[in-house]
Amino acid sequence: MTPPGNETETAPAGYRPSTLSALAAILAKDLRVELRTLQSVPAMALFAITTFVLFRYGLDRESLSGGLAAGVLLATVLFAAILAVNRLFVAERDEGGFDAIRLAPVDGSALLGAKAAALVIYLLVLEAIAVPAFALFFMDSWAGVPPLFGVLVLADLGLAATGVLISSIAANSRARDLLVPLVLLPLLVPVMIAAAGASRELLAAGGPSYDGVAKWLAVLAFYDMTFAAVGFAVYDYLLED
Amino acid sequence: MLPACRLPADWDNRTLMADATSVQQRADPAATTQPNATIELSRLWREFGERAVLRDVTIAVPAGSTVAVLGPNGAGKTTLLRILATLLRPTSGDVQVLGSRLPQDAWRARGRIGLLGHDPLLYRDLSGAENLRFQARLHGLPGEGAQRIAGLLEQVRMSRRADELVRNLSAGMVQRLAVCRALLHEPELLLLDEPGSHLDPAAAALVAPLLGQSPGRTRVLVTHDVDYGLAEADLVLALKAGGSVAYAGAASGLSAGDARAIYGGTP
Repeated sequence: MTPPGNETETAPAGYRPSTLSALAAILAKDLRVELRTLQSVPAMALFAITTFVLFRYGLDRESLSGGLAAGVLLATVLFAAILAVNRLFVAERDEGGFDAIRLAPVDGSALLGAKAAALVIYLLVLEAIAVPAFALFFMDSWAGVPPLFGVLVLADLGLAATGVLISSIAANSRARDLLVPLVLLPLLVPVMIAAAGASRELLAAGGPSYDGVAKWLAVLAFYDMTFAAVGFAVYDYLLED
Repeated sequence: MLPACRLPADWDNRTLMADATSVQQRADPAATTQPNATIELSRLWREFGERAVLRDVTIAVPAGSTVAVLGPNGAGKTTLLRILATLLRPTSGDVQVLGSRLPQDAWRARGRIGLLGHDPLLYRDLSGAENLRFQARLHGLPGEGAQRIAGLLEQVRMSRRADELVRNLSAGMVQRLAVCRALLHEPELLLLDEPGSHLDPAAAALVAPLLGQSPGRTRVLVTHDVDYGLAEADLVLALKAGGSVAYAGAASGLSAGDARAIYGGTP
């Protein structure tokens, strides 16, 4: 018996939706679930604010600038990001999402791209909350904040490209909560160095300076492209059992 | 002709082993190749670490037919289904599904296979309708398969509950949604692992026509219900605990009593 429904409403045999279309479907699904459950972004934001409070009283400083300000901000964002990276593939692992997506005629890179895009969006929302909070806690002037977002976007892209790869590798491991920070943090050292190098100029005590910022942005962009290329090259293989 | 061995009604494990060996010895891969076979397995092995879960499985399943996979727990039935679904790589042997050699050409077969397994493959924080629309987008169904989704939901009597989160539904309702998911893209090969799980008789009757034989559709049916499996199947692949083949051949060549003997006579 033929199942019901409009019989013309099926894709022809061998039809493969575009990677972009599959990516959009997976991303929309992830954002819908996050909006509904609020499992990642609120935890990240709460973590960031709490960390700023700890730094404020731990350092006993009302104002930070230069390298120290960049270090406090970027380390906080990085550790908050780990929370989201750990949760990226929870639904795929626990609810059969990996199988459901692999049964569809879509390229594995659609899943990679969608998860990376979701992580970038989570990080941007986090930073939209955390950076103003940081400025309130520690900065005398907000002049360096707008250009700082340029640095953070490039850092987010690198973090997402690397984080998705490591998270999907760790997803089926029993030690995944341990594996993600242990493997991811060393890989992100170049991102931290470059982002801190650019940010320290923008958060300088006398106001933002742009000396040497372009060099660090180029390093970040190179890192982003390298890990994105590696991800797209190996991701189909990683999805196999 | 498929390799087959008819087992005597009083066979024990020793005769099983001998017959299985003779099946495997006779199973020349070239001889089992059929031009219209949807599934062709030749000397398939699957190991997890050093433990073999499937041992030297050979069978060809013609297009449009139904093969029942019988066997006790630990016989490798679900593993076999996952290999056919392109979700698991064979350790060795030749596997062709819908004309695609696995795992190399798995991408050609994906999208033409429907899997109804132990897991419903539905996101618990999405509604049933959202899950199906998501699947429709992944399969590239025009208009997100809206009419087809509505039709399937109506058929399994889930239209009124389709907007509820999956996590709030009973196991039987989730299974009905899983049936819709597996059939959404009208797969040519339907892999069914205990499809009646969690379903009460009324719900089982609702989904039976959807999962039944249909022109051009090949089915692999994993079940512990021997009578149901033999009634539904054209072919039977009976696996012993440990994953070796006890019987591979026409369903008419295996009596229910012989099939039960694979389980040690318990079911």
